[in-house]
This record gives sequence, structure tokens and C-alpha cells, in this order.
Amino acid sequence: MTTPMLETRGLTARYGDFQALYGIDTVIAPGETIAIIGANGAGKSSYLKAIAGLVRAEPGSVLFEGRPIGGLGAANVLKLGIAMVPEGRRLFASLTVEENLLIGNYGRKVAGAWSLDSIYALFPALKARRTAPSQTLSGGEQQMVAIGRALMSNPRVLLCDEISLGLAPIVIRSVYDAMPRIKQNGTSIVLVEQDIAQAMKVADRVYCFQEGRVSLVGCPAELTREQVHLAYFGH
Amino acid sequence: MLDWLGTIIQGVLLGGLYALFAAGLSLIFGIMRLVNLAHGDLIVLAAFAILALASWFGIDPLFAALFAMPAMFAAGFALQHLLLNRTLGRDLLPPLLVTFGLSIIIQNGLLEAFTADSRRLRLGAIETASIQLGGGLAIGVIPLLTLVSAIAVILLLNLLFYRTALGRAFRATADDLEIAQLMGIDHHRIYSTAMAVAMVVATIAALYLGVSANFDPTIGPARLIYAFEAVIIGGLGSLWGTLAGGIIIGVAQTVGAKINPEWQILAGHLAFLAVVLLRPRGLFPRAED
Amino acid sequence: MAEGNGKPLMEPARYRIETNTRASRLLALAGIALVLMLAALPTFAGRGLIQDLIFVFYMLALAQCWNLLAGYAGLVSVGQQAFVGLGGYLLFALTIGAGVDPIAATVLSGIIAAVFAVPTAFVVFRLRGPYFAIGSWVVAEVYRLVFAQFKQLGGGTGTSLPPSVTNEVFGIEWVKATFEVRAPAARDIITYWIALALAAGAPLLVYLVLRSRYGLALFAIRDSEATAESAGVDSFRTKLGVYVLVAAVTAMTGALIYLQKARISPDAAFSVLDWSAYVIFIVVIGGVGTIEGPIAGVIVFYALQRYLADFGTWYLIFLGALAIVTMLFAPKGIWGYVAQRYHVALFPLRRRLVRR
Repeated sequence: MTTPMLETRGLTARYGDFQALYGIDTVIAPGETIAIIGANGAGKSSYLKAIAGLVRAEPGSVLFEGRPIGGLGAANVLKLGIAMVPEGRRLFASLTVEENLLIGNYGRKVAGAWSLDSIYALFPALKARRTAPSQTLSGGEQQMVAIGRALMSNPRVLLCDEISLGLAPIVIRSVYDAMPRIKQNGTSIVLVEQDIAQAMKVADRVYCFQEGRVSLVGCPAELTREQVHLAYFGH
Repeated sequence: MLDWLGTIIQGVLLGGLYALFAAGLSLIFGIMRLVNLAHGDLIVLAAFAILALASWFGIDPLFAALFAMPAMFAAGFALQHLLLNRTLGRDLLPPLLVTFGLSIIIQNGLLEAFTADSRRLRLGAIETASIQLGGGLAIGVIPLLTLVSAIAVILLLNLLFYRTALGRAFRATADDLEIAQLMGIDHHRIYSTAMAVAMVVATIAALYLGVSANFDPTIGPARLIYAFEAVIIGGLGSLWGTLAGGIIIGVAQTVGAKINPEWQILAGHLAFLAVVLLRPRGLFPRAED
Repeated sequence: MAEGNGKPLMEPARYRIETNTRASRLLALAGIALVLMLAALPTFAGRGLIQDLIFVFYMLALAQCWNLLAGYAGLVSVGQQAFVGLGGYLLFALTIGAGVDPIAATVLSGIIAAVFAVPTAFVVFRLRGPYFAIGSWVVAEVYRLVFAQFKQLGGGTGTSLPPSVTNEVFGIEWVKATFEVRAPAARDIITYWIALALAAGAPLLVYLVLRSRYGLALFAIRDSEATAESAGVDSFRTKLGVYVLVAAVTAMTGALIYLQKARISPDAAFSVLDWSAYVIFIVVIGGVGTIEGPIAGVIVFYALQRYLADFGTWYLIFLGALAIVTMLFAPKGIWGYVAQRYHVALFPLRRRLVRR
């Protein structure tokens, strides 16, 4: 049994007095794509943030290739090879499109499949707007920049937080069209998604969260709608 | 008419000096939102460092300044790394009080080391040299050099900000600290580097301060308020805005002085308030705030 | 919820909001006793102690005011010296120029300053956060420079209160007779009582404001202005109200300060160091955002001034270092640290829902 690329064991997360996660166990194999679904407030974003180092976690509760990385802090987690596409895109407002991409490998310069050229090949629309201020782009284009920015560090694990949020269905499709190319490089992907249909299409396995706990695990092909509904809503 | 032109030109040149004071502050405030109440005193500290180096080694203040710059770079880095990084956060008050404490320590430390005597940096004949513009107008070489230096410093800083990876990191950290960390940026290191650069700029400002006027350990706070006014008028994150701000204050002061010498400083403050009433975020603010 | 026949299912519970604790009631009695004792102090205290206490009292009043403004309303001002100086100059103008009795002039200064505070607020409220801090400092400088232009009040060098004013304070004859002292000491005693009134009144005023609905609005604004506004709080008017109130009390304190000093100059009256920096130091070292904090802070500051001021520059270096060290290790100040550790509150402000 190979060491999982990423694993969480009993992951808990707190915001002050509020507890968002109550002991999450998940496993992601190398090259696997996992989808995390669940209602608002179920803890999906907190889960990603805890892995990415934006939220404090116990050292042993997050393991990267078997090594404990909980509590290391976001900058160090990136350096190890885990990159995040944050919720709401969060592009840097005073940087252009190209500068936003370039900042993606400021903290981790590793040779690999992803560079400015290959990202422009993945998202041709961005090349035309490379010198535009990031805030002038449409939602879909901004999402592409955010994904490209994360890819620039040639991560081993890509965390995507609600990349379909606020986008029209046709735009969501064009964003997700990039997924196969990303998967091709053997990158593990963790997708937090509200759009269940889209998530099920690309994922190898699905976890469902409900009120801070894992309520369902399985392969999309094997799960029934009733199972998912029950796991999602709790009734 | 020509008289007024002369006044305005003097104001623009004065603005260059204020812009030099303000440039370092603009950098720090823009990147880490730090209200550094000790900035004026740090400039005075640099001036005394130049004075000390010049007299110990018997060299020209210009060369002394060149040697002082790396020392101030290191001092700024250390100051941010050891002290100021620990007080930065969401609250406005802790950094305010810490930099106030720093200001008091620097002023009184300098008083102990150098006494309250007025000092001057001597550059020789160039101090009184002037250029004739025709029509009876003349401008001093030093004030002109000050403005030219201010423009040069701002050009170089903009080069740093817009053409280097470090500059991108500065801007990203200023825009969104959380996401900058997600990019692997060590924000504490960025802040320390920014403070170090700001101290180099402060050293240049100190050279011109010391050459153009008498200085003593207690003049820091007065210079500080002009620097802040220039930064605020200019707008958060805009170095050219800071230059514009400095020039506006400078011109307001010289015009005010021409009407009534007692009104010089008041005129500067009133100009600041006027701009700020019309544009609370300054003339050229960054997109986000 | 009503049943079919219109009768309610259960009795609606009755609640009320309670803020007092038993400890606070006892402390209130102790507080009143303390104030009475302090009022009687001139009967046995020497002039030196009285003057020291005047200093403590007016710094406490200034600190409470600044704390209300910055700690509760979130308006971090570095320009309150504008109102200290304004109060001082109004006192001089009213007593010398209009022959008003100094005690009445002190109160009038507060009222007139409140009028000045309104347009001042409209200017400074355009700015936020650090911009507001610097802007308030600039406004204070404008006040200073403008007052330096008034030759009738001494211009840049300032002026003194003539004996016709200092010897004619209301009640001075009674004090001279009762305490068997001469005019200067008698004036000090009257000043002492005014200062005591301000020092006791300021925390009380702050406490009453915070306990009122006004105070709830302030807490809401402090937590999140946008949310407060969406809940119906008029944040501009609330902040304006606090600003004007604080300006009035600060100006009255300023009037008192310069009544005691009997000499005023623009640089002294509008000094950013004496009336802002030291006040901020007192509040933050004591504990910003608490009523008890400034009390602790002023005691510490007085002790430092009294015993260490002779060391000149080294004392000031120590003061600066103390500010830095406190912010690094106890950012909530002395009282903040104590309150957190031992869960006490002398002026309880938490509203509890209590069943009747």
C-alpha cells in the first residue's frame, strides 16, 4: 500500500469559540481527484484552509506523504508542494494578470509542466489580457487566473475551493475543461464544490461533509442519489 | 507676477524635500499600514549617523551618507524583525504606542549622545551656489538637487515595485496578506525588507535635511507631520502621489509665507485639510483599501 | 402559539436586562466614600499633595475622555489637545475679556467648545483609521497656529491670568477663612475640588453613556460598523455625539488646567506631547477600552513622574521602553491583564438576560 499523498486524521478546526470540524479522516492517493461536497457551513472550506495552513491544525492531523504538516503555516505548506485556489478567486488587485501568475511561483520555484507559456496554452483567453489589471476580468477569467496562479508553483496537490461559485454554467464548463490537463501531470486534486453534478463528473472519489463530520465516502459511480441526499442534508 | 512664479518654484523645490521625508513613510504605510510615529526621528538619527561618520573619518558628508546607507538598511531590517513585526496586527494602537516609545527613545538617546546643540552638514561652496533662471529668478543648487533626488528615488522605488519579483511580492502582501502567504511569501521577511529599504531612503532624506537646515535631536516630530500629510494627500500606495503631496504642501507653505511669514506652516496644514475634505482617500489611491 | 380556542399554550416568560453585580454595588458605595474622603482632604493635606492630586485628577479626566473616544467609539485621535488648548484659551478670554467668574467660565468653556467641535467633527470624520489620527493632529496644529495669531491673548508667547481674576474666584473668601490660607493656596483648594469633580464625574459619565442605549450603539459600531448600520444604528450621529461630548469635557478640563497654571501659551496649551502622547500612554498602559484602565494608568504615570522625572532624558527613555515592553507583552494593559486573569470588573458593562 503506497503512502497516501495527503491524509487527514481526526482533523479539527476552531474559529474562536466556534468549532467547524469535529475529527475529519480523509485519504488522497497520488494522482487522485477527490470531491468534497456538503451544505453551506458543513466545514468544507475550513477543511481546505486547515490543510493549506490558513487555519491552525494539530501537527499530526494533516500528513503530506506521511509527514506531519499541521500548524506549519500557509507559506511553508506552499513550499512543500500544496497549492490552493482560494474561495472567491482573491486575485491581487494591484497586479496585472501576468503578475498574478508570476507571483504564483515566488515561494516555490520548481521545474515542471507548468510555466507561463503552458498556462497561457491552457487558458488562451488570458494571454490576450496578460497586461490587464486583474480586477477588470470577468468572473470566469479571474477563476482561470486563480487556477493558473496556483499551478505556477508546480504543486503536487491542488486544493480548489468552490471554483464554480458565482459563475454561469457555460463558464463553469470551460473552467472544468482544464481539469483533465491538470490531472494528466499526476497532480492530486481536492475539489470543494457546491455544484455536485460537476464535482461527480471529475472526481475519482467523493466525501460528503455534514456539520463538521464526514457523512459519506464513495465513488461517484456507486453512490445513489438517495445516499447523497441523506448524507448532504442529514434527513 | 514673476515674484509669484519665484515663490511657486521655491515651493516646488521645498516639496522635493518633503517628498524625500515622505517616500520612506509611504513605502512602510503602503505595504504594512504601519503608522510609524518614529519616522521623523529615524531620519534625524540617520543625519547624526552621517555627521558622526563624517567627523570621525574626516570625509565629506556625501561619502559618509554612502557608508551610512548600508548601516541604516541593517538597522531598519533589525528594527522590523525584532520589534515592529511583533506589534503589527488588526489594532491601530499597539504599533502607535510602540513607535511613540521608539520616538522618545531615539530623541533622548540622541540628546544624551550629542547634546541639544544645533548641527549642520557641511558640503562646502555648493551650499550657497545658485542657478540664474533669468528675469532675476534664481534657485539654489541644493534645493534643486533635493527635488531631483526625490524624483530619482521615486523612479528607483517604482522600478523596484513594478519590475522586480520582490516588488511584486511587496504589492501582493499589501493587497491581500492572507493570499500572499498562500503564495509562499514570508510576510515578516517582506516587512523587514521594506523597512530596510525605507531606512535607506530616510538616509538620503537625512543628507538633504542636514545640508539645507540646522538640525538637533528634537526636530523629528515636526518633519513627521509634513511627511504624513504628503503621504495622505498622495493616496495610499502611490509614490508619485507622495511627490505630488509633498509639492502641494511645499507650494502652500511658500505661498502662505509670502502673504504673511507667520502663516507658512498654517497654510500647509490648511492645504492638507482642503485636499482631504475633497478627496478623503487622497489624490491617487490604490484600487483596494 | 395559540390553540384553536384562542388560549395561549404557555405563559410567556418575562425577562429583564441586568448589568449590576453584587460586587459592583459594594464598590459603588466604596467609590462614593472615597470621593467624600478626597473632598475633605484639603483640611489636612499640604499644598504639595493638593497640587499633585490636581494633576492626577485632570490627567484622569483627559484619559477617560480619550478612552471613550478611542477605546469605545473607535476614534483614535491624536488631536484632543485642540480642545484642551481651546478650553484654556476660552477660560482666559472669558475671565480677562468678559469678567466672567473662573468657575462659571470653566463650565462655559465646555459648552462653547462643544459648538466648535461640531464643524471640527465634520472635517475629521471624512477620514478613517490612521488617516483620522493624523488628520486630528493636523487640526490641532491648525488650532494652535490660529490662536498664536490672537495678539489680545498674548500671541505666540502667551499671557498670564491677572490677580483681578485669580483673587476673585467664587468662594475664595470662604475658603481663605475656613482653611486659614492665603489667596494662592485657597485658589488651589477650589481648583482641587473642580478637578475632583471632573475626575469623579468623567468615569461616571462614561459609565452612564455606555450603559445607555447610546452605549449599545457604540459597542455595535466598535464590533462592526457596517453591521451596526444595517441594524439601524446611525453611526455618524452616534460618533458625532461622542466626539462633541468628549470635546466639551476635555475643554472643561483644559480650562481647569490653565486656571491652575494661571499662564497659557499656544505651544503649551496645544502640546501634542502633554495632552495626547502622555494621555494615550496612560490609557493604553492602563488598559484601553475599559473604564478601570485609565485609573490604573494614571496611578502608574503619576508614580513615574513623581519619582523618576528628575532623571531627565533617562526617565524619558525608560518611559519609551516601558511603552514598548507593555505593548509587546501585555497589549491589553495592566487592567486588561488583571481583568482577564481574575475575571473582575469594577464597572460592569455586560448585559445579562435575567428571568423575572
